[in-house]
Amino acid sequence: MSASYDRGTIEDLGRWREFSAGMWAWLFHKVTGWILIGYLFTHIAVLSTAMSGESVYNETLGGLEGLLLVRFLEVGLLAVAVFHILNGVRLLLVDLGVGLDRQAAAFYVALVVTGLIAIASVPTFLAGVTL
Amino acid sequence: MSSTPSDDTETVHSDDDPAVASVRPEAGMADPSEAERVTPDLDDEETATMRVFRYDPDVPERAEPHYDEFVIPTHEGMTVLDALIYARDTYDSSLTFRHSCQQAVCGSDALFVQGAQRLACRTQLSALGDPIQIDPLPHKPVEKDLVVDMSDFYDQMEAIEPYFDPDETPADDLEEQRQSPENREKIKLSTRCIQCGACQSSCNVAAGDNEYLGPAAINKAYRFVMDEREGAERRKTRLEIVEDEHGVWRCQTQFSCTDVCPKDIPLTEHIQALKREGVKDDLKFWE
Repeated sequence: MSASYDRGTIEDLGRWREFSAGMWAWLFHKVTGWILIGYLFTHIAVLSTAMSGESVYNETLGGLEGLLLVRFLEVGLLAVAVFHILNGVRLLLVDLGVGLDRQAAAFYVALVVTGLIAIASVPTFLAGVTL
Repeated sequence: MSSTPSDDTETVHSDDDPAVASVRPEAGMADPSEAERVTPDLDDEETATMRVFRYDPDVPERAEPHYDEFVIPTHEGMTVLDALIYARDTYDSSLTFRHSCQQAVCGSDALFVQGAQRLACRTQLSALGDPIQIDPLPHKPVEKDLVVDMSDFYDQMEAIEPYFDPDETPADDLEEQRQSPENREKIKLSTRCIQCGACQSSCNVAAGDNEYLGPAAINKAYRFVMDEREGAERRKTRLEIVEDEHGVWRCQTQFSCTDVCPKDIPLTEHIQALKREGVKDDLKFWE
């Protein structure tokens, strides 16, 4: 029997040339999920400084809030959380068989709403928190 | 250049990639013994360029996967399959691909055309850009040129026991086993499947799990699970099959299968419906 040719993962990436809402929604949902899990551990680590005393906790939070990069990351975190929640609702509706023919539109709506909320949050986050 | 153009063609090698070549017939060089076949003068014709995946493990000089380009004279209504047949008959008789009915019924000519799984026989050349890239279905081992190994696909189809198995059959063999119009309507779309494999090829989950039943097999299971003529016990065993570790719960609702299905079957919807049926069935723990 002749050998067959296994094209492997890399060659299969060619299929991504055509944008598919469902595929990107799946990808974004996975990525945002992992980011949120990563943030959860960071969040717990920061909060745990409270066990070392009030001043350590305040200094840690104040120090982080003083960094412009952190304030930008907070905008990103909000965007990640909002998209994950909205797409989660979209997936719930898909699971229930509701609006399956509008699942692509729902993905675009989730993207737009996420973008609007993230932009609207910029002034608040970049201003930082005064302790 | 791996393909072998017939005598009435000239070969034009690309300067950029010597492995890729174009073949076009030379005007006025038609075989005089074939009076009906008029080799077109492509300077006066509308043409399309096909970039076709080539691989032949049995011929050493073609064993390295590459692309060949074929310049095809086009006409209104011409399909990708028409163009492939033209290329095979005119330029390179070794060009290999599956096809049969040429009317979107047999499902044998599903290919990866211009970045999407499509049936070659119903894809118009005019709907595609130029050049037209044609590959075998992704996620499947290539046997030769555009022919892929469909074993996994057929194994999964077989795994869901795709045959009608009613509880009761009429005493008279000639008596119809009727279903209600509403029930027929419910399963109507699922019966359209032509087993082309486009859906399974588009599915990322199936790509990573050869045992995943895949959209076509699950759709076929849906067709029987929802059929009112099969009894409760049969329905239960069918749900057990689709709720297997490699069954419906593997679906990640990417909608790729639904997007590429040439028969417009709402595959993701059917998979989700079976998930719900499975949950409802599992919740009836008192039965």
